[in-house]
Amino acid sequence: MAKVKRGKVVSYNKWGYIFLIPFIVVYLIFQLVPLFRTFYYSFFENYRSGLTQIGPNFVGLQNFITIFKNPDIWIYTENTLIMWIMGFIPQIIVSLVLGAWFSDPSLRLKGQRFFKTVIYLPNLIMAAAFAMLFFTLFSEGGPINEILMQLGWISEPYKFLSNEWSTRSLVAFMNFLMWFGNTTILLMAGMMGIDTSLFEAAEVDGATSTQVFFKITLPLLRPILIYVMITSLIGGLQMFDVPQILTNGTGDPMRSTMTLIMYLNKHLFSKNYGMGGALSVILFIITGLLSLVVFKFSNKKD
Amino acid sequence: MKKKVLSALLTTAMLASMLVGCGSSNDAPAAASSEAAPAASTEAAASTEVAAEPAAEEGKVLNIYAWNEEFKSRLIAHYPGYEEVDGTTGKIGDVTVKWNITPSNDNAYQNNLDANLLKQADAAADDKIDMFLIEADYALKYVDTDYTMPIADLGITDADLANQYQYTKDIVTDSKGVLKGVSWQGCPGVLIYSRDVAKEVLGSDDPAEVQKAVADWDTFTATAETMKKAGYFMTSSANDTYRVYSNNVSGKWVQDGKIVVDDNIMKWVEDSKKMVDAKETNTYDLWSDDWSKGFYPDGKVFCYFGPAWFVDFSMAADTDGSIANAGKWGATEGPQGFFWGGTWVCAAQGTDNASLVKDIILKMTTDTDIMTDIVKDDNDFVNNVPAMEAMAADTSYASKVLGGQNPLAMYCAGAEKIDLSNLSAYDQGCNESFQNAMKNYFEGKTDLDGALDLFYKAVEEKYPELTH
Repeated sequence: MAKVKRGKVVSYNKWGYIFLIPFIVVYLIFQLVPLFRTFYYSFFENYRSGLTQIGPNFVGLQNFITIFKNPDIWIYTENTLIMWIMGFIPQIIVSLVLGAWFSDPSLRLKGQRFFKTVIYLPNLIMAAAFAMLFFTLFSEGGPINEILMQLGWISEPYKFLSNEWSTRSLVAFMNFLMWFGNTTILLMAGMMGIDTSLFEAAEVDGATSTQVFFKITLPLLRPILIYVMITSLIGGLQMFDVPQILTNGTGDPMRSTMTLIMYLNKHLFSKNYGMGGALSVILFIITGLLSLVVFKFSNKKD
Repeated sequence: MKKKVLSALLTTAMLASMLVGCGSSNDAPAAASSEAAPAASTEAAASTEVAAEPAAEEGKVLNIYAWNEEFKSRLIAHYPGYEEVDGTTGKIGDVTVKWNITPSNDNAYQNNLDANLLKQADAAADDKIDMFLIEADYALKYVDTDYTMPIADLGITDADLANQYQYTKDIVTDSKGVLKGVSWQGCPGVLIYSRDVAKEVLGSDDPAEVQKAVADWDTFTATAETMKKAGYFMTSSANDTYRVYSNNVSGKWVQDGKIVVDDNIMKWVEDSKKMVDAKETNTYDLWSDDWSKGFYPDGKVFCYFGPAWFVDFSMAADTDGSIANAGKWGATEGPQGFFWGGTWVCAAQGTDNASLVKDIILKMTTDTDIMTDIVKDDNDFVNNVPAMEAMAADTSYASKVLGGQNPLAMYCAGAEKIDLSNLSAYDQGCNESFQNAMKNYFEGKTDLDGALDLFYKAVEEKYPELTH
């Protein structure tokens, strides 16, 4: 970065800070303080049994020991990651393809605006309503089973929500549908920011469109890709509403669709702030580590 | 390098801000106060209104907490002198009645009530909860605390309540034997069968004849087999029979801090597993669309279990083409007596309207004239033995849904038989978790031990103080 003469900049700097104040204040009160409170709460036994408040009693690391003694947390982590990956892979592929098509001027796609709007629409539906819709569509007597039976593909209703992989696939599919539009828009913005002279040069040199995509578009898109990866990972680890509504909070069959946040929610039934806090802290650490890994991994060649 | 540090910092900040969403929901005081804030502010507004009037011996505001409009509509229709002002307020004499209605979905009603009960001692007189309603599933959670006022302290004697069904008193009697609530309704359940199917398969739709085929669980499962052969499901879901078994247990869900699964509940698992495997029933959740298909002839379901309100309001009686609409259901006692639902009225400790609360309770739950009106107007089954027995003998009273049958005698007999000495404060969570866990077993996703483990796990999450 070229050094700028300091004298001129300083006089504007204070406005930067002044404009930042509202955000910082809101952030401190509503986000940073609760964040540290969560850490603090995780060291207490603190729940309600009926109307009787138990605690808060300081128990040190007892909550963490209880959580880690139980192998369930790893199962729920695995569930969450599996469902995220199942949704993320098709999401990123479809988004890249759509983004490349939309941003390629030589294709001259018609009705671009219309399709951009349409693919973004699922994101505007409330996740809970969306899950409810799928619950009805895929229930035993629902339209999907009816269609399959009328086509003669199956002889009796398939219990989509009673089988591990079909339930997970439904969750992944819903997440894919809801988010691929958003990702497409982000990637497209990244692609349009790439200098067109690079594409023209490649064309002159006789590069095929596959080569252009992999040798020029992808490498230059990396910063945006990293951003998409990390936000999606964080969003994925916090997956809650879709599986919660789809399985009525049970994570059935046999808790194979129980995500970490659904597990956290279970503790809040008894207002168990101690265990809930401990779980949140663990989740924070897991998310932080995974994000760092993604960040390091994708930034290696920088 | 600097750039890297900066971007790492930004990432962490972003991370922190995104995760904070779940962090803040753990923040006890914040959550509780935000829930209560709207209620408190509306009540504060109300109290300023009446502050100008001279202070009387009793409060000028009666706060009633409920989860639906049922009790309100009963008061409007049947309590003498109740004037409706608007959706959430009414007037009795010069006392303003304020309704705080929170739907019970997702525990919202209890959360709201809990937050306000915990503040009861510090609340201003006009903001204090005076009455609140509870359901049987979690009755003991409130009854077994000092937040509910003994009914006797209101000046209501045992003699006043002599006409009520014993089970309605058992539910709201605390561990020391003190009565803490009263109900105006009784909800004894019956077996509701399709008359057409009964005629076709069993040869008769006469309740007495059908009863022979469902008299106990052995004949019930045998009939299920017959139904299967004829192409009908015995019940819509295994969960239909759950209440009937779980109301007839020999011990509580929780004994000395340990979760105990009763033999009769294990019998439900055993019987239901056999029926599900034989495709004599299904594993639908209650109230799901699949479950309610049996309300129509195409659903091919022989019977449901339910009380008076279920027959009248839940079986799609208003929809053309439903069995209920054609009056083609019949009712019979079924294998065991049970009850389902019901609302109890509790007086909150610290109420400043004790005599009004007393009068409402007396009028609504013991006044035979008012209660008879409720039966006639609303088809409710009221908590008054002589009144119900008189109605049961009355041949002019007939249920349209049940094809002209007068089921009241059956309800009366059922209500006498219900024994609820084995309720515990954990019933709601245990029953719900048990049915959810067993669904996995019925569908073959795990074995019985796996399902039981899942059940224990779910209950211990809900009630951290329990073990098994």
